[in-house]
Amino acid sequence: MIFNEKEECMLPDEMKELQSNRLKNLVNRVYERVPFYKKKFDEIGLKPEHIQSIDDIEKLPFTKKVDLRDNYPFKLFAVPMEEILEIHASSGTTGKPTVVAYTKNDIKLWSTVMARTIAGVGGTSKDIVQNAYGYGLFTGGLGVHYGALELGAAVVPVSSGGTKRQLMLMQDFKTTILTCTPSYALFMAEEAREMGIDPAKTSIRIGILGAEPWSDGMRKEIEKIWNIQAMDIYGLSEIIGPGVSFECQGKCGLHISSDFFYPEVIDPKTGKHVEEGEKGELVITTLTKEALPLIRYKIGDIVSLDYSPCPECKRTLPRMSKVAGRTDDMIIIRGVNVFPSQIETVLLQVEGAEPHYLIVVDRQHSMDIMEVQVEVNEKVFSDEVKNLENLSGKIKKEIESVLGIMVNIKLVEPKTIERSMGKAKRVIDKRKL
Amino acid sequence: MKLKQLSIFIENRSGRLAEIAKLLYEQNINIRALSLADTADFGILRLIVNDIAKAHDILKEANFTVNETEVLAVEVPDKPGGLNGILGILSEENINLEYMYAFVEKSFDKAILVLRFENIEKAIEALKKHDINILSGEQVYNL
Repeated sequence: MIFNEKEECMLPDEMKELQSNRLKNLVNRVYERVPFYKKKFDEIGLKPEHIQSIDDIEKLPFTKKVDLRDNYPFKLFAVPMEEILEIHASSGTTGKPTVVAYTKNDIKLWSTVMARTIAGVGGTSKDIVQNAYGYGLFTGGLGVHYGALELGAAVVPVSSGGTKRQLMLMQDFKTTILTCTPSYALFMAEEAREMGIDPAKTSIRIGILGAEPWSDGMRKEIEKIWNIQAMDIYGLSEIIGPGVSFECQGKCGLHISSDFFYPEVIDPKTGKHVEEGEKGELVITTLTKEALPLIRYKIGDIVSLDYSPCPECKRTLPRMSKVAGRTDDMIIIRGVNVFPSQIETVLLQVEGAEPHYLIVVDRQHSMDIMEVQVEVNEKVFSDEVKNLENLSGKIKKEIESVLGIMVNIKLVEPKTIERSMGKAKRVIDKRKL
Repeated sequence: MKLKQLSIFIENRSGRLAEIAKLLYEQNINIRALSLADTADFGILRLIVNDIAKAHDILKEANFTVNETEVLAVEVPDKPGGLNGILGILSEENINLEYMYAFVEKSFDKAILVLRFENIEKAIEALKKHDINILSGEQVYNL
């Protein structure tokens, strides 16, 4: 089903005109309202009137994650606080979170793109959505929630965790769509079997799974175990949250709502566009967002874009490939973005701890687990067990408070973590993604 | 009066203890007493040896994390009640003991306790008050 055929199946010329008008409007808005952008434009001698069409987008400077951090918390907002309805935050790279905000129109936009998403993967107003994405500062829970409301589906805002309760509600309410991370879908299936429930026989017919990378193999496994259509969705808080792109029932790439989020794929080294269909870094401009408009935001995910007609549906929205990697060392654990530098910052704050560490990520019983190995040097070493346990407990607590996810700390002997001349290998990812 | 003990951090990996024993053997270091504290992930080996400085260098050279800590060695009669006597004194004097280990010396009828205290000075004072024989470093290293 297509939520809004007029918008999602626009002719290329119409779309270009719409995007051009929205871009012109956006550029004027940020130049007037966001000192950060005015300064950036002035530095390269760019005036808003230099942007006349979407084809001029390459004249605009990029925005990076570090810019959000440098302007913490509210300095990139383009509207006064009275117009803001909602503020979210995700873990940041140096302890300070990345802050995003929404006006009334932004929430409307979010509702629209998420309604497109739920409809796109096969949902209708008859569905009962069991929303097991976390509600809170994380944008997953509320994003799906708004989309379900907009579509007219019933939503059960169960949030993440409490697997036994999830399964009870699923059976009693006969929920039909499950939204969560792919790894949680697998974990939930294991729990179901332990409770004597066959996941294939539940009323769930569609899984809306995202917020972490997953392979086609994992999709097939989830589809078989649950007897459902397992659909991929994509998004990030800085752009909107979930709702940037979604699969239609053909599962042939993720349609980007390019009338709102203009996508480019660049060579991360040169910043120039790659040929259509080639892999590169995804860059998105939020064409209509009011509270936190972003110009050419460098996301760091490696994807390719396909503008050819969709073999499955009538949508003209371009399709992006599954994320094929990152331009930086970011890893996603249980839907949370983790940068190794965050671990380093914590260790530097713990008195005497070595900044030599290794992150080992693994998947056990379908759940991501993260272990941080830390070297014990003479400064922190004690002949008493309790002191070392206090040390690892302190590191654990600090890391968990920065990342918001559980970690295990393993103290290791000095010099056991490989030193390298160039970029140190900080992450071992044993998950089969 | 105070005794120097080496503490070594060891990961729970097979063969690590054997490596330390080999290193010390090759350099002719004699271990006088030892104890191993272990947790799920790591262990702490505590050693009293005949040549602390040399053993420290050897282990450090081999990339082990090594600390020196001060402990006390006391003699107690090698018979039932020997340990009880000393612990009674410590409890009476309100001295906090972090850990201890014991060994029996073959040439005389005493047992030797190695004790690690939160406050070593206070412990010395209390033990002296009760006429407990605290062994000197030389006595223990050369046992």
